[in-house]
Amino acid sequence: MNSDLSTPVITMKGIGKQFGKVRVLENIEFEIFPGEVHILAGENGAGKSTLMKILSGVYTSYEGTISMAGKVIAPATPLEANHMGISVIHQELSLIPSMNVRDNLFLGRPVTSLGFIRDREQNKKALAVLNDVGLDVSADAFVEDLPISIQQLIEIAKAISINAKVIIMDEPSSSLNSKDVEILFSLIEKLKEQGCGIVYISHRMEEIERLANRITVLRDGKFVGTAPAEKLPIPKLINWMVGRELTNIFPRYEMNRGKEKLRIENLTVSDNEKTFVKSVNLTVKSGEILGIAGLQGCGASELLLGLFGGYNKKTAEHIYLNGKEISIKNPSDAVKSKIALLTNDRKATGLVLSMSIIANICMSGLVELSRWGWRNISGEISAAEKQGDALQIHASSYEMEVGMLSGGNQQKAAIAKWMQISPEVLLLDEPTRGIDVGAKHEIYQLMNEWTKQGISIVLITSEMPELLAMSDRVVVMHRGSITAEFSREETDAENILAAAMGKETIRV
Amino acid sequence: MTDSTQTLPLKNKGAFVQFLSSSAGRATIAFVLVIVLGLIFNADGAFFKLGMHRDALRQASVFGILAVGMTVVIITGGIDLSVGSILAVSAVLFSILTIHLDWPAWISILACIIVGAGLGAISGSLIAVAKLQPFIATLAMMTFGRGVAKYITGGQKISTYLTNSDGEVIIKELPGVFKAIDSRIMGGNIAIVSIIFLFCLLVTGLFLSRHKWGRELFSIGGNEEAARLSGVPVKLTKFLAYTVSGIMCAVAGIAQAAQETQGDPEAGGGYELTAIAMVVIGGTSLAGGRGGMGLTLLGILTIGYLEKILSINAVPESGRLLITGVIIVLAVLTQRKNRK
Repeated sequence: MNSDLSTPVITMKGIGKQFGKVRVLENIEFEIFPGEVHILAGENGAGKSTLMKILSGVYTSYEGTISMAGKVIAPATPLEANHMGISVIHQELSLIPSMNVRDNLFLGRPVTSLGFIRDREQNKKALAVLNDVGLDVSADAFVEDLPISIQQLIEIAKAISINAKVIIMDEPSSSLNSKDVEILFSLIEKLKEQGCGIVYISHRMEEIERLANRITVLRDGKFVGTAPAEKLPIPKLINWMVGRELTNIFPRYEMNRGKEKLRIENLTVSDNEKTFVKSVNLTVKSGEILGIAGLQGCGASELLLGLFGGYNKKTAEHIYLNGKEISIKNPSDAVKSKIALLTNDRKATGLVLSMSIIANICMSGLVELSRWGWRNISGEISAAEKQGDALQIHASSYEMEVGMLSGGNQQKAAIAKWMQISPEVLLLDEPTRGIDVGAKHEIYQLMNEWTKQGISIVLITSEMPELLAMSDRVVVMHRGSITAEFSREETDAENILAAAMGKETIRV
Repeated sequence: MTDSTQTLPLKNKGAFVQFLSSSAGRATIAFVLVIVLGLIFNADGAFFKLGMHRDALRQASVFGILAVGMTVVIITGGIDLSVGSILAVSAVLFSILTIHLDWPAWISILACIIVGAGLGAISGSLIAVAKLQPFIATLAMMTFGRGVAKYITGGQKISTYLTNSDGEVIIKELPGVFKAIDSRIMGGNIAIVSIIFLFCLLVTGLFLSRHKWGRELFSIGGNEEAARLSGVPVKLTKFLAYTVSGIMCAVAGIAQAAQETQGDPEAGGGYELTAIAMVVIGGTSLAGGRGGMGLTLLGILTIGYLEKILSINAVPESGRLLITGVIIVLAVLTQRKNRK
């Protein structure tokens, strides 16, 4: 590829995108030059992924224009974008686990004659591709038998094999260990030499420092700026990323902190493949809101799920509630100990959408509402109405399926389910995700009310203003460990973000 | 709660129209259509005789008992293919114990129920604990159960004719319990098997709608992960679902043996499909989370009456199978309407 290195291969001009009434991108300018690594930076939800989905043909309705080498293009499908030379390496792997490496490499563009796949030819080509990237795996190996890191590299090999002009890498290192990261970086060097333009999305500062030629920052769907890497040192980059004003949707801060309620010692969370959280110690006082900050994949959600007994793996942790040691082997143990977990995905893991509002609200507290296992129907109705009124769930009837409610009301129903067990500890994982500002405000007020009753709250949120406004104390997680702790007086968005990205402290 | 702006607008329909668009309404439509079919093709008035309705219910009863257990399993999003085989195990076991070994009736019944529950519990453990897919686990149990039935009988039907070691054929008297179960009360108008069936349906239905366990079945079928993370004992609940299905198979097997006055190791072949069809025609979703015992009753009656109407009109077996297949598709298509 002998492209002219001084003209952009891709120019995105005035890009905007709306989902329903919600504007997620506004007037974004983005250029990719051949042979550069262009870092796309911004907080979670800033619009990075959306912008890249527009470029790669996933979203086809948007404002603005994309041009490639001077010609306006509009890829209608990912496959079409692929044929134009735009390739994406996803955060979530897009290989097919049950197929072998060769078939994955040529998925969607098989070498055929008369519609039959020419296996031998394909095999030869596959070996050449693998050899090219220095990957020592058999083309016949099934993807599911390979470690995640190799799978990730196979995806990159796939991108290289189609002679992509632009490769978009969305957090490609998140599932790699340090050795594989080095392989990834050397692949990136090779791609640069070939004149390939690379868009690299990462939350890791060390990677940004090492790879970046240029950096573009988005914030809340708006374009903040593009600068050469040397003009944008880390502190300034962080300032660009978080520098927004706090809105006044938060209620007045109230301090309700009391005695120690929950103590976690040496909690490790893992499933069969991966360790998410490594021996974490944590305490929460009664009436306290403990915020956990961290970037995607830091292990915060897994920490709460592990504490709640959501992973069926025993570790060496000790958990004390009000000074007494408790054992939590599964979620129903946690519920019995009056620990509640509001999961971060109400539709997938929080509610049973096909059941009524009443059934959902009474789901966790069903034992107390029943006698000898026989349900007390009228008791359930009045319990649901009591919780629903307290949380102001708007519904024409509580008999209706919870799936018919709006997002905010669904979230309130999920919360009502937990209030019904009179919790001691509330673990809230993204409690305001995907709900409107009014409902958010109501949930913040409720949090203050609960702390007044002595309930301890652990709050995970990717929204920095929410974290700062609501937390009495903030701990920061990075790669499964707690790396920093801030009291309310010390909290500050830039320091938290720096710690979340793995830097000790940064003074601007 | 007057604010309805947050909810989907309910069209201003009459209560009757609303009923017709519910699951129960659609199941009722299917049932009514079958009855209308009977009124038209009444086989020279045979349809208007009480005996015809009595027989329709009696002949549907064994299938109905299986469908009761099947409903419980399908609500969790599972399936039980082993019901016909477990029925056969129960039928032959009951015959051996009562006819050959002269065990008292009630101990024999208890033994059959324990064995049925045990076989169901094995499926339940494989599914809830070992996390096998219900289709696979119960497919294996379907084969295994048939093997058990053939093994304990040596492949022979267990009847009152038995051959002793000298090769002599002895005819034993049919135990009273066979006649009792196959008898009728209220002037011969209601069969005991129908009463057993209705009792099973009522009790299980009560558990489904009024017991904590029933609610938990629905929550698992609707969203297993959300149920688990709400503290629902998912493993125990699923285990019990298959165990209950096993118990229903045992009861159905006893009823079948009594009606045939023998225990046939080949009994119940293909019954699982009829039971599934009854549940699905009623409107219980194969995906789990939606349904109920009332719906299953309508499904049982729909298929039961259809079979009876076809048989009084002397429709040959080929025609019966063709028509039943078409009706199943039509009924399920109606059920699916308006659901996203």
